[in-house]
Amino acid sequence: MTQETILEIDNLSVSFMTRLTDVPAVMDFSMSIHKGDAMGLVGESCCGKSTVALAIMKYLGGNGKIVGGTIKYRGRDMATMSEKELEKLRGSEIAMIYQEPMASLNPSMRISKQLMEVPMLHENVTKDEAWKRSVEMLEKVKLPDASRIMDSFPHQLSGGQQQRIVIAMALLSKPSLLLLDEPTTALDVTVEAGIIDLVKGLGEEIGTSMLFVSHNLGLIMETCNRITVMYSGETVETGEIQEVFRNMRHPYTKGLLRSIPLPGKNKYDSPLEAIQGQLPLPHERPTGCNFGPRCPYFEENICNKHEIKIKPIEKQSSHLSRCVKIDKIDWTEKNSKKSTKEKIISKTEVLKIENLSKEYDVAANAIFGGKKRGTIKANVNLNFEANTGETLAIVGESGCGKSTFAKILLGLEDATTGKVNFNKTNIGNIGVEQRAKETVASIQMIFQNPFDTLNPSHSVGSQILRTLEKVGDGETVEDRKKRMNELLDLVKLPSEFARRMPRQLSGGQKQRIGIARAFAGSPKVVVADEPVSALDVSVQAAVLELLIDIQEQFDTTMLFISHDLSVVRYVADRVVVMYLGKVAEAGTTEQIFSPPYHPYTEALLSAVPIADPDIEKREIVLEGSLPSPLNPPSGCVFNTRCPYMIPGKCDVHEPPNQDVTDGHKISCHIPREELAKKGSVFALKKE
Amino acid sequence: MLVFIFKRIIVLFLTMICLSFIVFTLVTIEPNLKKLALNQANMRMEEAAVQSWLEKHGYKRPLLVQYGEWLGNAVTGDFGYSTHFRKPVNEVIWPKVGHTGILMFWVLIITIPISLFIGVLSGMREGSKTDRTLSIFSIITTSVPQYVSGILFTIILSSWLGLFKGVAKAGNITFENFALPVLTIVVYDIGYIARMTRASMVEVMNAQYVRTARLKGMSFMSVVFKHALRNALIAPFTVIMLQFPWLLTGVVIVEKLFNYKGFGFLIVSASDQNDIDVTLACGVVAVVLVLTTQLISDIGYAFLNPRIRFS
Repeated sequence: MTQETILEIDNLSVSFMTRLTDVPAVMDFSMSIHKGDAMGLVGESCCGKSTVALAIMKYLGGNGKIVGGTIKYRGRDMATMSEKELEKLRGSEIAMIYQEPMASLNPSMRISKQLMEVPMLHENVTKDEAWKRSVEMLEKVKLPDASRIMDSFPHQLSGGQQQRIVIAMALLSKPSLLLLDEPTTALDVTVEAGIIDLVKGLGEEIGTSMLFVSHNLGLIMETCNRITVMYSGETVETGEIQEVFRNMRHPYTKGLLRSIPLPGKNKYDSPLEAIQGQLPLPHERPTGCNFGPRCPYFEENICNKHEIKIKPIEKQSSHLSRCVKIDKIDWTEKNSKKSTKEKIISKTEVLKIENLSKEYDVAANAIFGGKKRGTIKANVNLNFEANTGETLAIVGESGCGKSTFAKILLGLEDATTGKVNFNKTNIGNIGVEQRAKETVASIQMIFQNPFDTLNPSHSVGSQILRTLEKVGDGETVEDRKKRMNELLDLVKLPSEFARRMPRQLSGGQKQRIGIARAFAGSPKVVVADEPVSALDVSVQAAVLELLIDIQEQFDTTMLFISHDLSVVRYVADRVVVMYLGKVAEAGTTEQIFSPPYHPYTEALLSAVPIADPDIEKREIVLEGSLPSPLNPPSGCVFNTRCPYMIPGKCDVHEPPNQDVTDGHKISCHIPREELAKKGSVFALKKE
Repeated sequence: MLVFIFKRIIVLFLTMICLSFIVFTLVTIEPNLKKLALNQANMRMEEAAVQSWLEKHGYKRPLLVQYGEWLGNAVTGDFGYSTHFRKPVNEVIWPKVGHTGILMFWVLIITIPISLFIGVLSGMREGSKTDRTLSIFSIITTSVPQYVSGILFTIILSSWLGLFKGVAKAGNITFENFALPVLTIVVYDIGYIARMTRASMVEVMNAQYVRTARLKGMSFMSVVFKHALRNALIAPFTVIMLQFPWLLTGVVIVEKLFNYKGFGFLIVSASDQNDIDVTLACGVVAVVLVLTTQLISDIGYAFLNPRIRFS
């Protein structure tokens, strides 16, 4: 390799100074990025990956400090640079794209000004020239109507548009190194696919090297040519992406990959393998291998004896791993766990949704008054049913009405028209206060964000007891205490957790409490609203497995609301795909995940990044963003973004509901035979 | 926007009517009126004489009729007659409001720039030495009440050093006699607004868009001026506007303390002397002041914050 080295990090250590001690965030981190490289930096939250990115910018806030090692940019040690020189480098040579586009843009400054600042600052161009360049760049990041956008304030744009602005801002000065810190985590899957597509294309066009920080292995797999895996402040494995994915040589990387649901895995024949335990806090790191306590291959006196150095897996290899047992572990060993679960074939109907619609009236302007402007149709004519013991997934992007449906089911909102039949009685218009205790206990919910759903000032035990009291379980306090311990046991937490406060729990543990609460009244139906999306990958798998086990035990119907199709494919028996309040496609999981697809399902499937080098997928990137539910497009609501749109038909008439096979319904104008011809999104790569 | 302003003005009038009615009811309760009668006419009056005095002045009529009459007059600009000054209320109150206006003007002219400067300076580098020094200064100044600081200043600057006069004469302002009351209010207010500004500035400086701007390669100072300042001033603006009603209460103490015969002084003496019409008029002025500043603050807030302006 004779390519020019852009960035070279050598044994970098970063610590955060607190009043008590120094907390090491990054230890002994080395990495080099060559011209045209796209380096992926993977790891769970708190493992130090964002700190590395900010250290490269030399922007660590008031208390962060580089305590060892060097960062060299084009051969120059950045530690020797003055503040002036750094300012020259930032934004022109090294640019950054951030996780939350909304927060990264100044709310009280027009887009034009924020963009024009970059060339005016670094290249001293005139205002007119800066304007011209900004408009050109907006067109490059595929934002149509550039002049309108230039004149807008950030809050007037959608999340995807905002991220494109941030990208445009970063690329305006044609940087030689681009740092991307989880650039798509806050965005919807279809928007994410567009952004990734854009970044890849522009990176190649401008010749920018990239450092892509993400927790999503699939995303890294699709965008990068090299990868560095971080765990607890250290690099544990690094190398060419294909090499690392095919020959993983660190138990953590392997565990990470095993805990994400890949296509082909499902809960019946190949369960996920969670990494046990949780990330050690910086001051609780063990001696020797940091991953030791969680590693299935851990060996006393070998792994925890002394510090472990990172080394090539073979001589001269660019693939490095920080594992002492590289040569002793059988890396080809396949997933050992076999599931004992049997497929549920149940026909007892618990829930039947009939022509359910929900509309909200919206006033044009809440603060300054004004006339009523219209109605938001959050749910339009939903029809589906759920049987005992099965998992029904409701899939769609944010704003598609899946949460509204959950609210109606739980009695937090009233249905405008239509019925929600629970055990053959309509509860669509009965608010939660008016519902019988048994009904409330029978329909429970697991929330998305475990951090916000537990009351911070009550102990975990008392919160579960409270729920038990509410659902009318147990005659005396003693009875309820006994039940509470059973519940804690059910979610595999020791009973002393009852006395703990929520802040003493990790995210995964909190979600377990959330599950315990939901199952307190032995519910018939549990609504799980993105129950694992806020959790780290390794924890996700454990919580998911637990949820599936308990569901089976209670023979509960689960409505699994999610935007993550890989998780859905793993857990669901049947799937309903929603778009803008309407059902686009419904059927069993196999039917949904194989052709014929609804064009929207097809796009969703294609948008999910896959961490498997052997799978190739057809790329379908949806243009534009979700239309406003205030005035949905005429005809088929998906016509504005559909790649197969038939003008004169799709934008005029409502699509018919086609019955494909037994229970599989697609709402589309294109005949099912033709949809079937498009073939599968995924294919095994031919070598 | 116009609809909004119009609505707020209607609210302003309704609040004024409600408030003046409450005050009116309270000052016209029977024992208070009897006291007034005794005060006004003859301290040793017979009960019958008191009753006839009340009858003569129309206080025997139903409450609503009395209030209606007062309201009708007030709308045409006639606030009645001051029993203490023995002059029409209009002749009493407006000069006093003017005096206080001058006081408030100087207070604000001095307070706002200084406190914003202190707030921004300490908030832009949270935890720095400058920040800690300035924060301690602002905490001390806001935690000393005006009747304490006023007396301290009088003792030190006037009695001891002899720099200023301890008594301020309204209508004849010189630097010597005016400095102390202004100083007393200013010192208290500076700390308060500076702390608000600091909190807001700290929040903005930690915001991600400030990081974005810094990582664009802008220097620290230009980020502060171009990106942070405007966002950081949104919150203090509201606080400053809310200072007007606060100033009013402060003014009562300070004017009394320095014997400055302004609006605050008038409120106190009017309620002391049971001067019904003056008390009512003062109430109306106070309500108008509070509600107008609130209105200005809301409009200004929308102007500073595009997220509200365009929603």
